[in-house]
Amino acid sequence: MSWLLAFPLLIPFITAVPCYFYAERPEMSARISLMGSLAALVAALLLFLRVSEDGVVAGQMGGWAAPFGITLVADMLSAILVVVTALIGVAVAFYAQGEIEFEQSQIGYHAIFQALLGGVTGAFLTGDIFNLYVWFEVMLIASFGLLIIGGRAEQIDGAVKYVALNLVSTILFLSGIGLLYGVTGTLNMADLNAAVANSEKQGLLSVIAIFFIFAFAMKAAVFPLYSWLPAAYHTPAFAVSAVFAALLTKVGIYSLLRVFTLVFDLEGSFGQDLLLWAAVLTMLAGVAGALAATDIRKVLSYQVIASIGSLVLGLAIYSPLAIAGAIFYLIHNMMVKGVLFMSAGVMTRLTGGSDLRRIGGLYASTPVFALIFLVAGFTLAGFPPLTGFWAKLMLVQASLDANAILPAAVILFVGLLTIWSICKIWLDGFLTAHPEGEAETLPQLGNTLIPLMVPIVGLVALLVLMGLMPNYFIGLAQTASDQLLNPELYIDTVLGVSE
Amino acid sequence: MEPLLAILVGVLIAAAVYLMLDRNLLRFLFGLLLISNGANLIIFAAGRTTAGKPPLVPEGADAPLSTVANALPQALVLTAIVIGFGLFAFALVLALRAYDTLGTLDTTEMRLAEPREEENDP
Repeated sequence: MSWLLAFPLLIPFITAVPCYFYAERPEMSARISLMGSLAALVAALLLFLRVSEDGVVAGQMGGWAAPFGITLVADMLSAILVVVTALIGVAVAFYAQGEIEFEQSQIGYHAIFQALLGGVTGAFLTGDIFNLYVWFEVMLIASFGLLIIGGRAEQIDGAVKYVALNLVSTILFLSGIGLLYGVTGTLNMADLNAAVANSEKQGLLSVIAIFFIFAFAMKAAVFPLYSWLPAAYHTPAFAVSAVFAALLTKVGIYSLLRVFTLVFDLEGSFGQDLLLWAAVLTMLAGVAGALAATDIRKVLSYQVIASIGSLVLGLAIYSPLAIAGAIFYLIHNMMVKGVLFMSAGVMTRLTGGSDLRRIGGLYASTPVFALIFLVAGFTLAGFPPLTGFWAKLMLVQASLDANAILPAAVILFVGLLTIWSICKIWLDGFLTAHPEGEAETLPQLGNTLIPLMVPIVGLVALLVLMGLMPNYFIGLAQTASDQLLNPELYIDTVLGVSE
Repeated sequence: MEPLLAILVGVLIAAAVYLMLDRNLLRFLFGLLLISNGANLIIFAAGRTTAGKPPLVPEGADAPLSTVANALPQALVLTAIVIGFGLFAFALVLALRAYDTLGTLDTTEMRLAEPREEENDP
């Protein structure tokens, strides 16, 4: 039972070792990375199957019984996210074959990439709040490494801001954990549920809850703590941006969902109002930034922020439908953001630039890619019957049920502006003629066609499939949401297993 | 002991925030070093301090015989120190590299990744 939980976590770290040893041979290293990611996907799917049968799966590491040892635990939310992480891992490892150059591989791109995947998976699977901090750090140090590989001046500049602000949020998280331990005397999240509810020091616990909101909101890039994201996400290699945009901020959202359903009671608290307003402002600030930016990846980075707003809104409304909507949106968003950032890489490679005012002519030179990009963009914007539409429908419905008219209106308004910003990329990048020279003379992808396009086409096909038969995936999100709002099964499973 | 630690944490964090509000990246990093030590002391103090009673199990017994110091916060602080040390080492090297490539440690002058609008126009 424990091995089923440990494998999705161990495989990336085991893969990282040979990736590092073969760093001087980029093709070999990339192939090992891809194989490892495929193995991790199989392990994640096995775990997912077990979770869909049994409900919640838990295992104690090192044989120490909960709440004293470190628990690995997968409920439906964790299992879904582990599968999506592994899927993004496969897609980006495939994409990296076409993009990562010798110098980047030599420094250890593939090894650090696998360590990042391991860190993200660990954060999704752990049942111990201090261990969550440790996985955050694994993920953070790996992301630092990926961010500066290449060492261009913009990357160093972006990394300074990224590193500084992320370290501040880490320290807030650590202080919150210390204080929470001081009040409750436990770190196991299942055990904390009762300890926090029965504590007499509710005032102090509210303060600690705000520590966690700040720390996770900063990781997730919630207004007004998002400035590190647009400063850094457009600077590294595209294979790095894609995995960052798909996974990193989402770990912050996952932690908010987990901690504010299992440990703290969000309903009716100060934190709920705070998150609600932060969510509304995040959506507006993100989409405004997306309209103002002119670099493709900057537009996409601001769209990451806008979608973070919708995700936080789902949590802040705190009804079963809202949280199910947020979870469905999370799955959709991780995949679509990965696709869009990988597409930005293809666009830059084909046109020789990433500034929308200086490029163009892609529709004339690569109509098929143009069509794929349009589908991905409209998935994000929420055209029916694509996945973004179902996710937004659930969130709007939940807002209206909760009499939150303004947030519902903001979701729809932001959706409209997202269409505008996608159309801006489409018009400037694809339809208008390339300012320097004729469109027919634009280079083709050549031998990088297969590694760069297969993951994009694969993920877009999967997204379209999800959009055409959303019921299965909405069902999964509803199961996950029920488990979050009724944590008895989770708590019993964690505290009940002794092996 | 705990009130003394609490005051120390307060002083450390106040000094750290003062340093971190500076535009100079190096002063920011020193502030970061202080604040992470403040956070470590928070964990240590939150576990309650017990003077002179190491958590050792005598030979032949399964558990300590009397009240001993709480070992868990010490383990947590140790983990946090190691992680903090690694991150700080990285941040220092990054600052050095930033000074080499960007020619400044003034964070308001670091505008390469986000150029001002007039420099950005084609």
